[in-house]
Amino acid sequence: MGTQLVEAVIDGVLTGGLYALMAAGLTLIFGMLEIINIAQGIFVLLGSYLSYALWAHAGIDPFLGLLVTIPILFVVGIGVEWAFMRRIGDRDRVSMSILVTYAVSLVIEGALDIAFGTTFVQLRPSYFARTWHVFGFYLEYIYVFGFVLAALLIAALYALMYRTRFGASLRAALQDRTAATLIGVNVKRVSTITFGIGVAVTAAGGMVFGATNDFSANSSTDLISRLLTIIVLGGLGSIGGAMGAAVFMLVLEDVVAVVWSPVWAPVIYFLVLLIVLSVRPQGLFGKVSTRAQ
Amino acid sequence: MTDGLLDASTTAGPDTRKGSSPRVPLGAMTRRAKAAAWILIAIALVAFPLVFSTPAVTSIAFFSVLFMAAATAWNSFSGYSGYISIGHAVFFGSGAYTIALIALHLHLAGGYGVFWYVPVAGGVAMVIAVPFGLIALRTRRHTFVVITIAAFFIFQLLAYNLSSLTLGSRGVTLPTPPWTGMGFNQRFYYAALCVLVVALLLSAGIRRSRFGLQLLALRDDEDRAAGLGVKTTRVKLIAFVVSAFSVGMAGAVWAYFLGDIHPQFAFTALFDLSVAIMAFLGGFGTISGPLLGAALLESLQQYFTIQYSSGSLYLIAYGVLFLVVIVLLPRGVIPTVADSYQRWRERRAQAMVNALPPAPSTGALAASEAHHARPPSARAGGR
Repeated sequence: MGTQLVEAVIDGVLTGGLYALMAAGLTLIFGMLEIINIAQGIFVLLGSYLSYALWAHAGIDPFLGLLVTIPILFVVGIGVEWAFMRRIGDRDRVSMSILVTYAVSLVIEGALDIAFGTTFVQLRPSYFARTWHVFGFYLEYIYVFGFVLAALLIAALYALMYRTRFGASLRAALQDRTAATLIGVNVKRVSTITFGIGVAVTAAGGMVFGATNDFSANSSTDLISRLLTIIVLGGLGSIGGAMGAAVFMLVLEDVVAVVWSPVWAPVIYFLVLLIVLSVRPQGLFGKVSTRAQ
Repeated sequence: MTDGLLDASTTAGPDTRKGSSPRVPLGAMTRRAKAAAWILIAIALVAFPLVFSTPAVTSIAFFSVLFMAAATAWNSFSGYSGYISIGHAVFFGSGAYTIALIALHLHLAGGYGVFWYVPVAGGVAMVIAVPFGLIALRTRRHTFVVITIAAFFIFQLLAYNLSSLTLGSRGVTLPTPPWTGMGFNQRFYYAALCVLVVALLLSAGIRRSRFGLQLLALRDDEDRAAGLGVKTTRVKLIAFVVSAFSVGMAGAVWAYFLGDIHPQFAFTALFDLSVAIMAFLGGFGTISGPLLGAALLESLQQYFTIQYSSGSLYLIAYGVLFLVVIVLLPRGVIPTVADSYQRWRERRAQAMVNALPPAPSTGALAASEAHHARPPSARAGGR
C-alpha cells in the first residue's frame, strides 16, 4: 500500500504537468477573451489524432511530430477565433462562447469520427513503454518525457509572457483592455494570437494524452470536464492557479484510485469541486475577480 | 437591455398590460394574430400523427415533441435567468431511471398504467434539483456552467457504479406496452404532447408573472435586481427546480418509449447541449423559440439517423447549422424575425403618415403623427 501510494503520487505529478499545460491554455483564453472554450477538449484530441496520423502513416516520431502539430493547431485556433470568437458580442458573452465552441467541437468531432472511425486508437511507439528504474520505482518513459515536455512548454509560455514585448501587451490587456488600448496595444490582435497559443498547447497535451490512453474523438467530453473543473478550482483566469489545481487534482485522483477504488476516483474529483466551491466560490487558488459579471 | 429577451408574443411591450391596450390598436391586432398562431400550432400538433401516420414519421414527431418540451423547460430556467445549465441531463436521466426502477420494483405491466408514474419521475427530478441548485447557484455565471457539467458527470458515474440500484452498465429494461402498429407511436406522441403542454404552461406562466420579471431582472443585472429587493437565490432556485420537473417527465416518457435505458444514453452530454442549442436557435428566453429550435434540430437529427445511420454526419450538420445561425442571426430566429416585422410595420406606419394629404385640421394630423411616431414598444425604442 505504501509504495503504491508513492507511485500514485508520482504518477499524479507526472500526468498533472500535462494537464497543467492544457489548463493553462484554457484559462489564458478565458482571462484574455472572457470566453470559455468548450472546444479545448476536442482540440486535445485533434492533437492526438494528428500525432497518430504522422506516426502511423509517415513513421514520424510523436515528439518530433510536435514541430508540425503545434503550428497546425495554432493556425486552427487563429482560424476559429477569426471566424467565430470575434463575432461574439459583449451580451451574454460567456454563455454564447460556450454554445459556439461546443458547436465547433461537434463539427471537429464529426470530422474526426469520419476520418479515423469511432473505435479506440493507440499511439504507442515501442520505446514509450520502456521503464526507468529509479529508487525502486518503475517510471515509463512516456510519462517522464511528457512531464519534461510540459515543463519546457510552460517555461516557454512564461518566457513569452514575461520576457517579450508581445507578453507585455498580453499582460497589459489581461489587466485592463481599455487601458491597454489607450497605450497603443492592439487588443484584437493580441486576443487572436492568445487564442492561437491557448489552442496550440493542446497539440503537446494531446500527443501525450494519446500516448498514455486509448482514445477516440468521444474522449473529449471527459477531458473538457476535467479541464474545466481544474480551471475553476484554480480560479478562472489564473494561470498559476490552474497549474496548481491540475497537479493537485491528478494526484488526488490517483491516490483515491489506490486507497478506495479506481471506479470511484473520478467522482471524488468532482466532489472536491462541489465542496470547494460551496466554501470558496472563487476557487481554491483564485482571488476575488476584478472583472465584474 | 431586456429588449432581446422579450418574447415575440409579448413584444408589444406596455400594451400587453390590462387597461392600456386602447393606446396602441396595432398591438391588439398582433395579439389576436398571435393567439391565432398559437391555436394553429396547437391544432397542427394534435392532428399531426393522425394525418401522417407512418411509423417512421410519427417516431420523428415523437422525438421532436419530446425535445420541444425539454427545450422549453430548459429555457424557462436558463433563458429567463441567463444561467446556462449544461446539466439538465441530470434531470432527464433521473426521470428515466425513476420510471424504469418503479416499473421494475412494482412489477408494472406494460400499458397506460406506467404513464401515471411520469409525474412521479418529474417529482424525483425536482427533489434532486434542490441540493444541486443550492450548491451551483451560489456561484457566478461562468462557474455555474462548469458545476452543472461536473454534476452531470457525477450522475453518469453514479448510474454506472451504483449497480445495486441502477444495475450499472447492463441498464434497466422497462415493460413492453401491448400496443402494436401505428397506435404505438401515436400513444407515446400524445404522452409527449402532454409533457409539452405542461412545460409550455409553466414557461408562459413564469414569463408573464411577477416572478418571471424578477428572473429577467436578475438576468440583466443581478446586483441591481438584488438591490431592488429581488431575493435572487430563491428566485433562481425555484425556477431551476420547476424546470427540472418537466425535463424529468420528458426523460420518463423517453425511457418508456425506448424500452431500456443505459447510463451513457440516459445521462448524455449531447442532451445537455442539444436543448441549449435548440433554445438558442429558436430564440433564447422566448416562449416560442425553443419549440421552433427543437422541431428543426430534433427532426433533422432523427432524419439523419434513419437516412445515414451515421451519427458523425449529423454532428457536423448540427454544428454547422448552429454556427451559421449564430453568425447570421445572433439572437435566434424568433426575436430576429419579430424585430424585422416590427421595423417593417413602423416603416409602413411612417409611410402612411407621410402619404397623408395635408389635413384641414392640423391638430388631428399632429395627434395622428404623434401616435405613429411613438415607438410601438419599449424594445423598438431602445434600439
